[in-house]
Amino acid sequence: MSKERIQISEALYDIMPSDYQDLVKSATYGKEDRGWKDIGTSKELIEQHSLCAGCPESMAFRYILASLPNPEDTVMVGSTGCTSLVFPMVAVHNIHSLFGNQNAIASGLKRALSVRFPGRVKDVVVLAGDGATVDIGLDMTLQAWFRQEKFTTICFDNELYANTGGQESGLMQKGFVAKMAPVGKLFDKVRLPEIARESGCHYVVNCTVSKPSLVEKVIRNAVHIAREIGPTYLQLYTPCILEIGKNSMEGLQEMRDSEKPTERFAYKEYVSEPAKQLLAELAAKDKERKAAAKQLAAQAQAN
Amino acid sequence: MAEIKSVIGTQNKKGQTYTDTWKMMNEAPRTPSFFTGSEVIKEALRRASCDVMIAYPITPQSEAAALIGELFAEGYIGDYFRGESEFAVMSQCAGSAFGGARVFTTTAGPGTMRAMENFPMWAGARLPIQMIVTCRGINSPLSIQPDTLEIAYLLNTGMLVWHAETAQDFFDWILKGYMVSEEPDVHLPLALCCDGFFVTHTKDVVNLTPADMCLPPYDPYRSPVPCMDMECPPVRMMRDPFVMKSNYISYATHASWQQEIWAAVERSRKHSIHWLNGLIDTENMDADIVIVASGTAVSQGREAIRLLEDEGVRCGLVKVKTLRPWPEEEIREATKNAKHIFVPEFNVTGWLAKEIRATVPNHQRVHAGPHVCGGMTMPPEIIVSEIKTALGMKTFSLAGRGS
Repeated sequence: MSKERIQISEALYDIMPSDYQDLVKSATYGKEDRGWKDIGTSKELIEQHSLCAGCPESMAFRYILASLPNPEDTVMVGSTGCTSLVFPMVAVHNIHSLFGNQNAIASGLKRALSVRFPGRVKDVVVLAGDGATVDIGLDMTLQAWFRQEKFTTICFDNELYANTGGQESGLMQKGFVAKMAPVGKLFDKVRLPEIARESGCHYVVNCTVSKPSLVEKVIRNAVHIAREIGPTYLQLYTPCILEIGKNSMEGLQEMRDSEKPTERFAYKEYVSEPAKQLLAELAAKDKERKAAAKQLAAQAQAN
Repeated sequence: MAEIKSVIGTQNKKGQTYTDTWKMMNEAPRTPSFFTGSEVIKEALRRASCDVMIAYPITPQSEAAALIGELFAEGYIGDYFRGESEFAVMSQCAGSAFGGARVFTTTAGPGTMRAMENFPMWAGARLPIQMIVTCRGINSPLSIQPDTLEIAYLLNTGMLVWHAETAQDFFDWILKGYMVSEEPDVHLPLALCCDGFFVTHTKDVVNLTPADMCLPPYDPYRSPVPCMDMECPPVRMMRDPFVMKSNYISYATHASWQQEIWAAVERSRKHSIHWLNGLIDTENMDADIVIVASGTAVSQGREAIRLLEDEGVRCGLVKVKTLRPWPEEEIREATKNAKHIFVPEFNVTGWLAKEIRATVPNHQRVHAGPHVCGGMTMPPEIIVSEIKTALGMKTFSLAGRGS
């Protein structure tokens, strides 16, 4: 899809909601090189949201939606939690069905789209919280990876069940005192990035969303590798400022503090050999394209 | 519709001709074949233009699910794989249906129960998935034997629920089921139930439609809700998500959507009557005594009627084909002159008798039984005995009944 599919009949234009009109006028469907820098100059694929003021998850949503390489042919799958409050306002088809079954939904969806649109790119991206990914849905998360399903799994790791009020989760740090962990969590944070690697993911990244350029890079890599090779997994720290006792303006600093080299969200990356090769090819093509554009611009200037 | 009409008469990659379903089911020549119920499921699927089938092993549906895998290997099904559990399988089915595929799956007993959270979601999301339920025990200690208790749990999910008596029903209803499920004013999942083993593992003569004819493909753009394939505008669906909002608009939205699901179940009535030739079948409707049953209890009831006839007792039969939509008017009409209504069932709670008691006037006429469960068979003699006892007639004592 490019923007043709969202064009509005002239006769109906004035009665369409203004956010739809904005999508037609200035969204970035079909734009090559779309990325976080479009934010502020184009219509974003996320409308207002009902997350808490300053919630890092809202930043993550904006960066991710700005960075998807192919939003015009991407379907997202969510799960229950704070993310499900946002998805109804996202201008990419998205599915919410149950809590924890997101990777099963995505498996069926990706296969249906492959049957129905052979030879066409249809990306599937899962975005769910840590409770959905690691606790209630772990079986389906892993099994989709074992089967080498070709979609990206993104986990918004806020280290607890935020939407139900801050209960213990598998990705919570050991010792943290929370609801349902009244004497502190008794076992270690589940090491899902390592498990992802062992389960067959071709690209695994563990990081925070403090830097939009980094989010853009890992999202593009993850989607491209999933499309061509096999499952990819991103674990992004999106702290719940409410439940860890921070103020609205402190989310960014919390992420910066947690990504220091010795901290649990220090940037970690795994890329399989076939994925490395693909990334190299994509980088070479990108370089070629940029050089050609530069040359074209230089010629235009010379003329 | 235009798109569907245009493919009629053309061939798929297996050389089958997309055929008008009414003609295929009602006018095309039929070939008698001697098959097990599982093989019949495979033969129906061969003709169903199915995009995705997802399988999981559980007795007694494993054979059917594996046979459909063979169809996939032969190229009749778009995609096929084994999921990791019934909960996951039903979610995978949902994903495929959200993506615009015609979807098929099979399950049984504990599998149905494990997957249960998915079923109201399927209905709420208007996904016309077809699920075969080959009923078996769900009790503890573990049982794999036939028992229809699981159907009771499906009745309030918002799915269409049909109960096949024979392998012939099965063959016809799998194909006709998609026609009802996929109507834009219905667009709901169908649980097509049968009694495990009795139907799946016994051989019967089934009249098959020609193997070179198949259903027209599913058109997801006739769905009353958008297909999630980014082929239509991705407008935001709501200004504010309704989940967990404590306000009247939220309640009203959820309430009206629930009502719409059940209205869609009701709207399936006219299509089901059209395709199944009525929601019930009746025999001997002038009799004072009527047996009302579904599934293989119908066959046993028919035998009991024959035995009773030998003794001069005339008895009628109502075969309930669809449990959802519930044939309320039909059952009331068919039993209006009956002095006694007997409801033989293969489960311990008698859910069908409860439904019938809530349907007919003078419900003291309804005798809930006989019941067998846990895999026991239902010899026609125990139906005869139940009827004769209620009529005050002398009956022989049945071993093991403690009488």
